[in-house]
Amino acid sequence: MTKKRTFLEIVSENRFLHILISILLGFLVGAVFLAIMGLSVGEAYGRLITSVTSLKGFSYVVVYAIPYIVVGLSVAFSFKTGVFNIGAEGQFVVGSMAAAVVAILAGGLPKVVLIPLCFLAAMIGGAVWGIIVGFLKTRWGINEVLSMIMFNWVAFYLSNYIAGIPAIHSDGTAEATKNISANASTLLPTAFINRAGLCPTANWGILVAIAATILVWFIIEKTTLGYELKAVGSNKFAAEYGGIGVNRSILTALGISGALAGLGGALQLMGMGGRISVFSSQEGFGFAGIVVALIGCSNPFGVLIAGLFYGALTYGGSKLNLVGAPTQLISVIVGTVVFFIAISVIFENLKRIRSRARRNAENAARKAKEEQQK
Amino acid sequence: MTTFWNTLGIMLYATLIYMTPLLYASLGSCFSEVSGVVNIGIEGMMTAGAFTGTVVAYFTGSPWIGFFCGGLAGAFFGMLHAIATVNLGADQTIAGTAINMLGPGIVIMIAKVMFNSTDTIPLDATMKIPRLFRGVFDTATVFGRFMDNVFANYASTYLVFLAALIVWFVFYKTRFGLRLRACGEHPQACETLGINVIGMRFACVCISGFLSGLGGACVTMAISNQFRPISIVGQGFIAIAAVIFGKFRPHGALLGCLLFGFCSGLKVVLGGSSGIDMQLISMIPYVVTVIVLVLFVGRSRVPAANGKPYLKAK
Repeated sequence: MTKKRTFLEIVSENRFLHILISILLGFLVGAVFLAIMGLSVGEAYGRLITSVTSLKGFSYVVVYAIPYIVVGLSVAFSFKTGVFNIGAEGQFVVGSMAAAVVAILAGGLPKVVLIPLCFLAAMIGGAVWGIIVGFLKTRWGINEVLSMIMFNWVAFYLSNYIAGIPAIHSDGTAEATKNISANASTLLPTAFINRAGLCPTANWGILVAIAATILVWFIIEKTTLGYELKAVGSNKFAAEYGGIGVNRSILTALGISGALAGLGGALQLMGMGGRISVFSSQEGFGFAGIVVALIGCSNPFGVLIAGLFYGALTYGGSKLNLVGAPTQLISVIVGTVVFFIAISVIFENLKRIRSRARRNAENAARKAKEEQQK
Repeated sequence: MTTFWNTLGIMLYATLIYMTPLLYASLGSCFSEVSGVVNIGIEGMMTAGAFTGTVVAYFTGSPWIGFFCGGLAGAFFGMLHAIATVNLGADQTIAGTAINMLGPGIVIMIAKVMFNSTDTIPLDATMKIPRLFRGVFDTATVFGRFMDNVFANYASTYLVFLAALIVWFVFYKTRFGLRLRACGEHPQACETLGINVIGMRFACVCISGFLSGLGGACVTMAISNQFRPISIVGQGFIAIAAVIFGKFRPHGALLGCLLFGFCSGLKVVLGGSSGIDMQLISMIPYVVTVIVLVLFVGRSRVPAANGKPYLKAK
């Protein structure tokens, strides 16, 4: 007997299809809201598409996507290892401030030395921020979600404090740090940007983001370390029984995750930001990273694509007010997408329920037959 | 001596005003988490309540109808979370993240359509939640002044203590409370005893949305007088932290919120007088919370079935 695959079965087995359907539903819900507000759906979505498909628009998308991808990787890595890195926000902030301090104080160093130094400072900053939380968890059993929420705010105020230190603070009137040294900038040469018609903040940070994607994939899938971290993530008791140091694994996972979020902060600063402002509220890169990791199914390459998608929506969304549509439409669309991704498990559950029902029916039929033969 | 009493009065006032919205949301969070559903969507539910509360109060002129509708708006998003996580078995963290995007996204969009701005129109004093004890104490004496400072709070503050008492009673003195705690520990065992786990959890997540919505409404209808996109910035997450701090018990959450409110009050007092950098002072509530956890509270036991979807057909 050849088994025919029903539509339901095809959908239920394919995560990629779930995401695609969720994205379509997200835009559908967005369209309903647009229609309720009496706005033209075609015009709004047309603007969204045209603003990101030109060369200049696309270069904006890539620039926007860089921090989203790297922070998304940070969160995705934490998901794989069984921790929920809700602290990526703080690690991002600490990382970008560490990079800024190096880029301002050691601004005279040549580019080849200064840029790696900034990346390193950011990664160490982010990693330390993550490891503190891990230490509180492994040493005293402090719930990591709680301490991460607290440390996000400590990072926030720490960054504002450092931005106010005279050696770091802007010489002008701006409530921000000094501009980082040109030697620490990852921007492409202005002449090239103008000739190619890219956006003014076009930078090569995307290459770092792609390299980070491949590296994260390699660590998770191809190394003993990745295997151990995943084992602890899926069942820490089994992992411990198998001889894996659970506490060390948690610290390592949070360290790597934090380093990635910190790197995201450095890339944002050295490419697009140029300096760090005194914040009035959290910027939300950590939160964006969570969303990107979820849309990307915590798969590194999925995160790369999801980051670009999120970048496109953010940049395209900022152009929506030109046609009278509110920018928040993007939050509604992305929120809906994430919501449907969350409930897409229903496909898998449906399949399980149906196969169970079928098995029950078969059993009942067999029993009935046996009764008859008696 | 006078300044001491004045300062203390102002500090207690600040403590109470900071803790009120947090405690509403924390009590809500308790319902959801203890019944076994992780709800990180509290922030989004608070934002929905904050917006709806002011808008309804603005159009009806009644702060109490507004306050209640704020709760209902939170409950609506609670229901969305419940449908996804309880009925459909969705990942609770993912669904909560979605609520945190949808809540603010939808209400700010509505604000733009209604008021052509992301902010709502400020409420008149009569449309705000009233201050109950205004003018009761004689401010001429030091003690009267102190009492006047402390009790200058809005009615929502007194209500939240009442709510905390009721929630504690429901949790530990009623059959409903016993069942809801059992659902978070061992849903399969509950089901075999004839408890409707799905129904219990659904109700608890909706209640958690309602209380979070009330918490949000306090921010815009008492502390401030209008909704702005920055009205709710992280209070929802602090409320969740307070629940973990309080070991998933309503009276523990009350202590967590009090501690946090007290440190915020300290911030207000220190910020005015001492020469310490304001940014460093602002860290106090967060740092102190972690230190208190390490020194006095320690490990917090999460309800055993917390975060695990429960589906009958499993």
